[in-house]
Amino acid sequence: MQFMLLFSRQGKLRLQKWYVPQADKEKKKITRELVQTVLARKPKMCSFLEWRDLKVVYKRYASLYFCCAIEDQDNELITLEIIHRYVELLDKYFGSVCELDIIFNFEKAYFILDEFLLGGEAQETSKKNVLKAIEQADLLQESETTFASSCVKLIL
Amino acid sequence: MPAPIRLRELIRTIRTARTQAEEREMIQKECAAIRSSFREEDNTYRCRNVAKLLYMHMLGYPAHFGQLECLKLIASQKFTDKRIGYLGAMLLLDERQDVHLLMTNCIKNDLNHSTQYVQGLALCTLGCMGSSEMCRDLAGEVEKLLKTSNSYLRKKAALCAVHVIRKVPELMEMFLPATKNLLSEKNHGKEAELCGLLYPALVPQLVRILKNLIMSGYSPEHDVSGISDPFLQVRILRLLRILGRSDDDSSEAMNDILAQVATNTETSKNVGNAILYETVLTIMDIKSESGLRVLAINILGRFLLNNDKNIRYVALTSLLKTVQTDHNAVQRHRSTIVDCLKDLDVSIKRRAMELSFALVNGNNIRGMMKELLYFLDSCDPEFKADCASGVFLAAEKYAPSKRWHIDTIMRVLTTAGSYVRDDSVPNLIQLITNSVEMHAYTVQRLYKALLDDISQQPLVQVSSWCIGEYGDLLVSGQCEEEEPIQVTEDEVLDVLEGLLLSNLSTPVTRGYSLTAIMKLSTREILNRIKKVVSVYGSSIDVELQQRAVEYNALFKKYDHMRPALLERMPIMEKTASNGPTEIVQTNGETEPSVPDTKHPPLVTQPANQVRACDVWTYHCWGYICVNELHSGLLVIPPMTAYNKNGLKIEFTFERANPNPNIAVITIHATNTTEADMTEFVFQAAVPKTFQLQLLSPSSNIVPALNQGSITQIIRVLNPQKQQLRMRVKLTYTHKGLPVQDLAEVNNFPPQSWQ
Repeated sequence: MQFMLLFSRQGKLRLQKWYVPQADKEKKKITRELVQTVLARKPKMCSFLEWRDLKVVYKRYASLYFCCAIEDQDNELITLEIIHRYVELLDKYFGSVCELDIIFNFEKAYFILDEFLLGGEAQETSKKNVLKAIEQADLLQESETTFASSCVKLIL
Repeated sequence: MPAPIRLRELIRTIRTARTQAEEREMIQKECAAIRSSFREEDNTYRCRNVAKLLYMHMLGYPAHFGQLECLKLIASQKFTDKRIGYLGAMLLLDERQDVHLLMTNCIKNDLNHSTQYVQGLALCTLGCMGSSEMCRDLAGEVEKLLKTSNSYLRKKAALCAVHVIRKVPELMEMFLPATKNLLSEKNHGKEAELCGLLYPALVPQLVRILKNLIMSGYSPEHDVSGISDPFLQVRILRLLRILGRSDDDSSEAMNDILAQVATNTETSKNVGNAILYETVLTIMDIKSESGLRVLAINILGRFLLNNDKNIRYVALTSLLKTVQTDHNAVQRHRSTIVDCLKDLDVSIKRRAMELSFALVNGNNIRGMMKELLYFLDSCDPEFKADCASGVFLAAEKYAPSKRWHIDTIMRVLTTAGSYVRDDSVPNLIQLITNSVEMHAYTVQRLYKALLDDISQQPLVQVSSWCIGEYGDLLVSGQCEEEEPIQVTEDEVLDVLEGLLLSNLSTPVTRGYSLTAIMKLSTREILNRIKKVVSVYGSSIDVELQQRAVEYNALFKKYDHMRPALLERMPIMEKTASNGPTEIVQTNGETEPSVPDTKHPPLVTQPANQVRACDVWTYHCWGYICVNELHSGLLVIPPMTAYNKNGLKIEFTFERANPNPNIAVITIHATNTTEADMTEFVFQAAVPKTFQLQLLSPSSNIVPALNQGSITQIIRVLNPQKQQLRMRVKLTYTHKGLPVQDLAEVNNFPPQSWQ
């Protein structure tokens, strides 16, 4: 996978994960173009499209578009499954996830993604293990803060 | 200073902004606050500030001043700080940034941290965006972690190692020993990932793992819809693909398991199909046996019938890749593919179209063409150009009969006329000239099409050209293939004039029409034509004006040449090479002779080649004027340059093409005396404004009694078009005595230099 983008139906970016180095300007340009292209697709169309020299796999969940760019030899169908697995993880973590959860807890969305994918590949295929790891990390974080400051539970 | 506002608070506030300007204002204010907070080196709230900065970065605002702060967070002892710090690093500190390398030491320490989650963070960051220098420095640490007993870390280390090796391929050897051990582990895992790096001996082990996966019991946490760990299955299949790609033995070892996966996988959900798809890709790529390949193509065929459009798309793409190598197998699914032409999705339609063209052959051409023409009628404009070109190509290759071919072309021109590519007009004209027996039929059909619709330019252009060439067939009602129509010359002229006057006609079309009208002047209705032509002599369009003026001149001064120039075009043969000068013309007689059983060659012809023929047609009276007609229609009369003492020298002329300023003179020296003239040398000199080139003579003996002649070619460049004058010097030996003579040649015909 080269990158993953999450954006709303109005084209606002909610998450961006890049697995190949790109200049900032280039990232903005790519994001803008791709968002436009995907938003222009009609509902009956395929989840796959060819864009530049990459394959783009996208799926809409409620008001969020999940968009992945993969290389030519990658399997589009399994990428759809990867997207779905990520959504399931988010769902389990937040409990019936919606876009607002991702907006207000974007850093957590990143953490979950980083436990699931590493370098663009799935690192852990067990849902339970991923969620367990996140849980433990969260506990570690909490134990620090309750130890450090008595009143503030949410450091952020 | 009050505590900086919380992240969620900031997000909430920014979302209340109603305009872009309001949002920008809030962001700027907050950025200023964050900046001053950074300056104060406040450890407690650094984490919060960087998190806010990351949010603003996502909205598109610059955040580079937070880069160093991320580094400080990573170096902190607190897990919370590290978490946000590494996230910030991944977002802001990619390898193009100068401060990127400063992370190296922190990451190194964290790779050896006591808490596995910290190690995890470090591995993750390195694996996502480590630069090559960083990878080189830290490869040792990663390799150490590959050998740890902690499976959580091992998996991360494996993927991190993949990234390292991608960045620094030379380090691969370092990781190989650790890799081998990984595979012998029993548990699921991404370890297998690493082994993709070119280790053919691993194939049996991989096969075993895959087998276990399929056969093994239900493992709820790893499975998706009842299929155990599809992600791993796909990765192993991908690996097998890489390993078996150029290796016969490996490929053989995989055959069974691939067949097993292909037949046993559940296909009701996307997951199963994903695995099947990967299997198909693998089968196609390795050196598999043909039975397996057929199995793969049948799977793709089944995909085509699937309700899910994604699956259909994927199937069409894969079939397109294999159609060259496994043509027959794909042919079996032709009807399904053709059905996909009617799909709603644009990408599917495009792929179905490409695949259909790839599958057309001599046997199915009629049926396929029907479907494709129907598709051409109803498809979106973006497809029409490609489809039209494809139809032309296919028709050229496999047309069962000339009439069918011409009918098909006509159908394309009438339905998608405005979308055909520019070069199709000359190509079609070339094709039509070659189909000699179809001329009458063609011109009739084109004429009728013109009566209906003059908006499609390519159609109009081809029609005008044909009417110009074969107008006599049209008027005489000679058509055999269908009911001949009754058309008078006046009606034909009406139509062509209409084209000239219509707003729909482009300048190019008008050019075609004017020339067509001109060609009709070999028949009656001369006066009317003369009138039309002279009207356009003052047209605003320069091209049109030039043609009209030239044609007018043709009527006035060179009427004797008019019939010859406006004769029917000879058959144009396609030659393989480029360039207008290489067109072979057969002859210039009134009836084009039957082409020597040459089916139009299959190569697509470069556009400019046939265009040159058009140039010949339209400008044959213009610069080139005369004497490129190899039929010997010499218009410049020959002259006698010298005639003394039995030696007669005649000049014959040609005007060179492409350079009209060059006159090519061939001298013919003959001898009426009884003795030969030997050592004959002809020399010539011209005034300064000319340039002369004398080529070698055919010999230097002029035989006696007109038994032969010497020929020699002189090329004269006359850029200023001045009157040609020449001084010649002749030396030869006659009857043993040397003879020398000088002469002036002034009586050159005007056509040789004007």
